[in-house]
Amino acid sequence: MTATTPDASPVGARARVRESAMSAAPGSGAAPAVGRLARLRRHPATRRALHPGAWWLWAGGLAAAAMRTTNPFLLGLIIGVAAYVVAARRTSAPWARSFASFARLAVFVVVFRMVIQILFGDRLPGTTLFTLPSIALPDWMAGVSLGGPVTAEALVMAFNQGLRLAAVLICFGAVNSLCSPYRMLRALPAALYEAGVAVTVALSFAPQAVMQAGRIREARRLRGRPTKGLAGLRGMAIPVLEGALDRSVALAASMDTRGYGRRATVAPAIRRITSITTGIGLLAVTVGLYGVLDAGAPQGLGLPLLGMGSVALAASVFAGGRRAVRTRYRPDPWRLAEWVVSLSGLAALAGMIAAARTPGGGEALNPSFFPLVWPTLPLVAAAGILVALLPSVAAPRPPAFVTLPPEITKPEIEPDASAEVER
Amino acid sequence: MIRFDQVGFTYPGATRPTLSGVDLSVDEGELCLVVGRTGSGKSTLLRAVNGLVPRFTGGLLTGSVWVGGRRTEDHPPRDLADLVGVVGQDPAAGFVSDTVEDELAYAMENLGVPADVMRRRVEDTLDLLGLHELRSRPLITLSGGQQQRVAIGAVLTASPRVLVLDEPTSALDPAAAEEVLAALTRLVHDLGITVLVAEHRLERVVQYADRIIHLPGGGRSVEVGSPAEIMATSPVAPPVVELGRLAGWSPLPLSIRDARRAAKPLRERLASIAPAADALSGSLADLTMAGVVPRSGAVLASTRSLHAAYGPVVALRGVDLEVRAGEVLAIMGRNGSGKSTLLSHLVGLRAPQSGRVDVDGHEPHRLGPADAIRRIGMVPQDAGLLLNADSVEAECRANDHDAGLAAGATAASLAALVPGIDPEAHPRDLSEGQRLGLALAVVLAPAPPVVVLDEPTRGLDYEAKDRLVGVLERLVAEGHAVVLATHDVEVVARVADRVVVLADGDVVADGPAREVVSHSPVFAPQVAKVLAPEPWLTVAEVEKALAGMTP
Repeated sequence: MTATTPDASPVGARARVRESAMSAAPGSGAAPAVGRLARLRRHPATRRALHPGAWWLWAGGLAAAAMRTTNPFLLGLIIGVAAYVVAARRTSAPWARSFASFARLAVFVVVFRMVIQILFGDRLPGTTLFTLPSIALPDWMAGVSLGGPVTAEALVMAFNQGLRLAAVLICFGAVNSLCSPYRMLRALPAALYEAGVAVTVALSFAPQAVMQAGRIREARRLRGRPTKGLAGLRGMAIPVLEGALDRSVALAASMDTRGYGRRATVAPAIRRITSITTGIGLLAVTVGLYGVLDAGAPQGLGLPLLGMGSVALAASVFAGGRRAVRTRYRPDPWRLAEWVVSLSGLAALAGMIAAARTPGGGEALNPSFFPLVWPTLPLVAAAGILVALLPSVAAPRPPAFVTLPPEITKPEIEPDASAEVER
Repeated sequence: MIRFDQVGFTYPGATRPTLSGVDLSVDEGELCLVVGRTGSGKSTLLRAVNGLVPRFTGGLLTGSVWVGGRRTEDHPPRDLADLVGVVGQDPAAGFVSDTVEDELAYAMENLGVPADVMRRRVEDTLDLLGLHELRSRPLITLSGGQQQRVAIGAVLTASPRVLVLDEPTSALDPAAAEEVLAALTRLVHDLGITVLVAEHRLERVVQYADRIIHLPGGGRSVEVGSPAEIMATSPVAPPVVELGRLAGWSPLPLSIRDARRAAKPLRERLASIAPAADALSGSLADLTMAGVVPRSGAVLASTRSLHAAYGPVVALRGVDLEVRAGEVLAIMGRNGSGKSTLLSHLVGLRAPQSGRVDVDGHEPHRLGPADAIRRIGMVPQDAGLLLNADSVEAECRANDHDAGLAAGATAASLAALVPGIDPEAHPRDLSEGQRLGLALAVVLAPAPPVVVLDEPTRGLDYEAKDRLVGVLERLVAEGHAVVLATHDVEVVARVADRVVVLADGDVVADGPAREVVSHSPVFAPQVAKVLAPEPWLTVAEVEKALAGMTP
């Protein structure tokens, strides 16, 4: 434990420098709180996992902010902020490595969006960069074109839109590597718990299938069969699926054996009211979310409906919770750090909304492509996004433990205490 | 506590019942051992206790099963969760959450145990099973023994009055198995929990049992009795019992301690003779020649200062190993000591990080798959992974094709190894021993000079182990080299010529089996422990020696 506590990474060092600068800044209102957090954090006992809800609110706020803009500077800032916080506060658990995969996926999305634009996209007028040989398509495929002139405007538009999706993906990847999906599930209210379990089981399918595929690939080599290429892929699918199916049955048996799905008896009237309020609440939340995320939606549609739906959902969840007999083991506390992290994410969204209200703000958030203008950096929105950097300092360090790459699932490798000391 | 009332069970599509007319009752606070050959219905019996059979398997259950006054017909498994805890054969397959602590709390959360009680019970269970250092570790980073203990802990926290375990130590090294069994006996003695456990390796558990349920299989009725009663006649018996039967000790000793007290006259009789030199090569006679280790055959495979690591964790640190023709080399060591890693390097599944692996003048990881299996063959831990055709016959034909052999080569190899397998049977429906036989036949068909087996005795009953020992002896006689990674000290004592012990990625012992095994308190077989300091390892050796003396 002692050997792993000091964080030797440059990120940790930089975070410390900035945080002491902040706490020393005279007249800063946030200084005492941040200073206290910093003091707490330096003490090893304050290492703890942040409430997963706080991370999800933070990432949700950032992602919602990203949805409202196509300004490449702002999107780049969001990606940078998310990546920085991940680098500073992710755990050493296997799921924390998922951020790299999400980053790769994000790059792929941007490239793919641009390739699609070049090949099939609308032939927009403007500065032609180069022209692809165009193929005439039959009439019934009107609206789709193949090849033709590629303009700078179209490329910039495709890049910005791809970047927006990439930023949302990065936010999702960030929250996945900052807290395990299972922890979020545990924090769900009792009524939603069973749906949540279905989601976790589904989530565990992919890594299990990957491990099973690895074992089967080894077995194929031991049979002298090709392990690479198409021939290797063929004949692996069925055993992999079989293995995954076997595992799901074993898992279901184990869950049932351990009391999953036990119910308390509840009056039918309450059950009926619960389902009605759930329906209404879900509808209101959906429409409300649309209002919040789409800047073009009518004013006043978003927040009031979202609020109303949330209240209805909360009521139904409370009523539905009475059917479940579950209790919760060591629920994550919601303390100052959780407030700071979740509000900092929401600040990014607030900054974006405020920026849209300023004169010329809409233009800055969604810069025009026709004519192509050099985007500006809206200061209010950028400031909001920068507030979302706070978790890299304010969130407590995650608990440390020695861990292994996910491919080692055979019982043969046992990281013991000596491995920890050596590090 | 548990009562079976004329219970019979038939799997869907099966022609014969797996269980029939089972009548038994297990009292509170008993540790009850279920024994029987593979396929005799042990797992079925265990899973019927909380209703997983037939609710998760399908099939027809007749009669009724009562647990703590509740009948499984009326209560699904989840309503018995506060009463019965069931741990399956593969603990990892039943994990629901992602860290140790959450997994321990899972059952209690479902039962609605108050938070403060949960916290206390998790702490108690962490201590009871020695898991406190692992509390926040992700489950997939645990070793087999650790996973098994977490799985037991995960059902214990619900404070069930009955604990059902299916082969809890089959994946564990001797020391880890002792640990798990010690925890179980503590539960029985201190908390009065009723434990029902099935295990093939009787040598590990029979001394802890209060009663034994023997499933003879084949539709005959179940025998229930005290361990000494059942063991006197049971066809499955640990070496210490067989030694007791051979020497005619009464009462029949079940533990090493009892046997040692009875064995004084036997030790004195045996003191005058040494074990027959042909029983094991590398035997005492060779050893006396100034400790020179006899190495007859040519080197078929070797590793030189082989290093391997998984991320920050070093698995092998400079392992030097030679595999020679005509020997059975057993690789032993606790869970996580690098045995499987070493084997996968030998057959070229992994490329060495540094150092060199040499098989017949080639680096195995550079060989193509079809080329590699001609030089070195391997049966992995889960032999079933090798098999993926629909029938035994199709499997053999596919293998002839893959390996470029004459038609019928694999079938001939199979007939020599395990005669009498139905060629129409699906590999999944074979018994554990038959499946291993088929996998071995598939691997041996291209006639590789070196054969590697990873934990081949897992899930095998004594009879299947006997057959495996026979097969290995024949392979060695034909000039093959056999490499065996195993926790099974009894099989090592019977078949191995040389033993290499790995610890933390280092070779800590390399020498003739008799010398290495009998000097280790962990790896010594039962006969060696009973007859120490006399250098005997197996019942067969003693029997031979006694037969030579009497006439």
